[in-house]
Amino acid sequence: MRVNGVVESLDIEPWVSLLDALRDHLGLTGPKKGCDQGACGACTVLADGVRINACLALAMQYADKEITTIEGIAKDGEGRHPLQEAFVRHDGLQCGYCTSGQICSAIAMLDEHAAGMPSVLTPSVQPASAVLSDDEIRERMSGNLCRCGAYNGILDAIRDVAGRETVS
Amino acid sequence: MSEKYVGRPVDRLDGAIKTVGEARYAGDHRYPDLAHAALVHATIPRGRITAVEDAAARAVPGVIDVLTHENAPAMKPPPKVTLLNLSTLAIGTSVNHLATDEVHWNGQPIAVVVAESQEAARHAASLVRVTYEEKPAVVDFAAEEPNAVPQKSNALQSARADKGDAEKALADAEVSVDLRFTTPQHSHNALEPHTTTAVWDGDRLTVHEGTQSMAWTRRHLAQRFGVPERNIRMLSPFVGGGFGGKGQVWAGTLLAVLAARATGRPVRLALTRAGVHHAVGGRTPSAQRVALGADRDGRLTALIHTSVARTGRVGGHLEQITAASRHLYDSPNIHLRQSLVQLDLIANTSMRAPGESIGTFALESAVDELAWELGMDPIELRMRNEPERDPIEGRRFTHRMLREVYAVGAERFGWSERDPRPGSMRDGKWLVGMGVATAYHPSLQMPASVTVRLDADGGVVVRCALHEIGVGAATAQAQIAADELGVPLESVRVEIGDSDLPEGPMAGGSAQTASAASAVLEACRKLRRSALDLARRSAGSPLRGATDPRARDGGLYQDGRGETYAEILARAGRDHLEARAGVGMLRFLARTVREQRRWMKAASGAQFCEVRVDQDTGEVRVSRWVGVFDIGRVINEKTVASQLRGGIVMGIGLALTEETLVDRRTGRVVNASLADYHVPVHADVPRIDVHCLDDPDPTMPLGLVGVGEVGITGVGAAVANAVRHATGRRVQDLPITLDKLLPH
Repeated sequence: MRVNGVVESLDIEPWVSLLDALRDHLGLTGPKKGCDQGACGACTVLADGVRINACLALAMQYADKEITTIEGIAKDGEGRHPLQEAFVRHDGLQCGYCTSGQICSAIAMLDEHAAGMPSVLTPSVQPASAVLSDDEIRERMSGNLCRCGAYNGILDAIRDVAGRETVS
Repeated sequence: MSEKYVGRPVDRLDGAIKTVGEARYAGDHRYPDLAHAALVHATIPRGRITAVEDAAARAVPGVIDVLTHENAPAMKPPPKVTLLNLSTLAIGTSVNHLATDEVHWNGQPIAVVVAESQEAARHAASLVRVTYEEKPAVVDFAAEEPNAVPQKSNALQSARADKGDAEKALADAEVSVDLRFTTPQHSHNALEPHTTTAVWDGDRLTVHEGTQSMAWTRRHLAQRFGVPERNIRMLSPFVGGGFGGKGQVWAGTLLAVLAARATGRPVRLALTRAGVHHAVGGRTPSAQRVALGADRDGRLTALIHTSVARTGRVGGHLEQITAASRHLYDSPNIHLRQSLVQLDLIANTSMRAPGESIGTFALESAVDELAWELGMDPIELRMRNEPERDPIEGRRFTHRMLREVYAVGAERFGWSERDPRPGSMRDGKWLVGMGVATAYHPSLQMPASVTVRLDADGGVVVRCALHEIGVGAATAQAQIAADELGVPLESVRVEIGDSDLPEGPMAGGSAQTASAASAVLEACRKLRRSALDLARRSAGSPLRGATDPRARDGGLYQDGRGETYAEILARAGRDHLEARAGVGMLRFLARTVREQRRWMKAASGAQFCEVRVDQDTGEVRVSRWVGVFDIGRVINEKTVASQLRGGIVMGIGLALTEETLVDRRTGRVVNASLADYHVPVHADVPRIDVHCLDDPDPTMPLGLVGVGEVGITGVGAAVANAVRHATGRRVQDLPITLDKLLPH
């Protein structure tokens, strides 16, 4: 399995979840366990760029995938990903426990939108029919819970980065 | 003090580390020989364990031990709760886990499996077979309500109040309402499940745990495990949310420490999400009556607020459900009573604004209903009953800005555009409603000790065992110290989250920031005096003869002359200067009692809510929110706004979706997951406009009043009142699910 650009070799039982493999076997504790049943999103990581709940994935099924965790999202040559900076600027966090998942989820969400994927709010399934309105962002991010209630700041951070990306 | 940082929207100092995944929570610490523990939970509400069959569990590869009441080393029993020793308040329940065959609630931890991996521990725990002798259990709150007994008052809260004859005044009133409300049990559901990593080294113990009270937890563990307090180190630099659920010591903590001692291994015990519901208490359900009488001009003549809550038979927090009714409205006749039932359920505990969050739902819904009866604007009704002094005890308010928060809120919200007729405002299929309610939460301070050190390089180190549960604890104190010492924020480091540091307040009662600020201010002042003394004794110092220099630009300056702290220390040949400040428990208690007799102090606010209700399905969406608050001085505009918004978001959950469902036959929590217990998600939360008056409270350090809990108060009622406006329906039973709005 490639994790954050590094090839990792693990000798684990078939029932070990991707989340536990990352946390307990590779020491990548950025992804968090909030529910262990896919209900909170704190464990969100990217598998070949697609967001998944690592707690619902068996590590062995991802042997040939490129996994990216919060520790690996900064692009080469950057200290931090623009979303990481925007979350701080807009105070899109409080306790920080959901933050890794929110940021990974937001990265993939923006890619999904750019690729024309609709949400339940999107008026048509035609590619690129969805304007990334605040309600579209809220809908598409609703799999990531934040019990501290930092949702306004998270939305602002995502919109800030999405806007800048659109302009550039 | 120059105010360069206090009041500013400074980015939280730990924002960077939290956004790159490097903040280490209790379950993120690696030990080479770490073992994992999993709990076995009782499946009956009350009775005795007659047999434990653990052979299958022990046969699972990797299992190290299975601890039950038959083989576990006994902990000392928990002490009795007494206000003379506040750390006894940390006791979650009086049950001595694994030292008894008694079962007191459905879900009580009755065995611990320790294994080489999480998977082995959890699988083995599922194989432990327990047989019971079951006894009758009382678990149905609604059925038990008629048997409620009066709650006793204590030094922290009064469970009753009487002024005049409220029942007679109600009967005689020109206009009146008399309403019954119910609120369900709630669960904090902090996103980080309670996790403990315990490491023994001889009789020394290190505990990594996300807790809201390091000091009390350490004291409690020392007592239970018979070791000196100084032998225990609690490490809690980051807490993945608390909301009261991590304020006490629950079974998971104790059993992780016990398992580590029994196996001689470092042990991590991370509760499952269901385990959190079974092993950690939540908010009590309540049944409340609020009756109001008034004359035709809307002047209150009677205010009655009574409540029934529950505890467990093995402990539980006492909520001040009628507390807001003591302070909000001037009425010549007031009657307040709190009563309790005891159930065979897990002890309940404090959850964000215990008492006020659900008490204000009932009170502020009833006030709104009275406004309907009177045909009066609900804000006007409140203003007509705004008291000059605390209505029952006649104390002066240190600060009372409810008129101002309503005026500012009405303007920001556009209250004047509200058509007062129910069901009159529409947007397509949506019925639009607007509601208001008052937010109110008393202000509290707790003892805190800090040290502040000036280093030779000009750096400042503030040390205090604060808890970072998401409030920006270190950031606020860094801003205060930077201003008080006149140094750049970047040169201040705040060390928190370690019980080896000077003892901090618990993160509760909205008191942490104010409590620590008081000590930080005092330490910084001492430090400035020491630095000045040092400079005045040093030959050649430009500060010789200075009497009252200002702290600025990294040093002390008077009349254009002065020098930096680094220069002062260098001239005196010192590598650092340190000052300590804080109050002891006795002085603290004396001051608190004295202040409470004299003053009523609180944070307050006005909650403005707009809802849209689907006319066909009854679905309720909160579409707009304005909250205007008086929290005294704002230390950090950004983190304060986040905390207030967070309270409002949790309040939206309280209003619309949150409910811990307890099986009325078995006492089992049946929705013990985040899939079935519905906390608000992104799509449930609109833009929340938060505004603070920023007017300092004259009796509090820096004028700041706590901010952690006031945000959730009033929210349930604001939503219910908006729903009433949209639909004409008064929902008196939370949560406001759509079945309660459909025609019956």
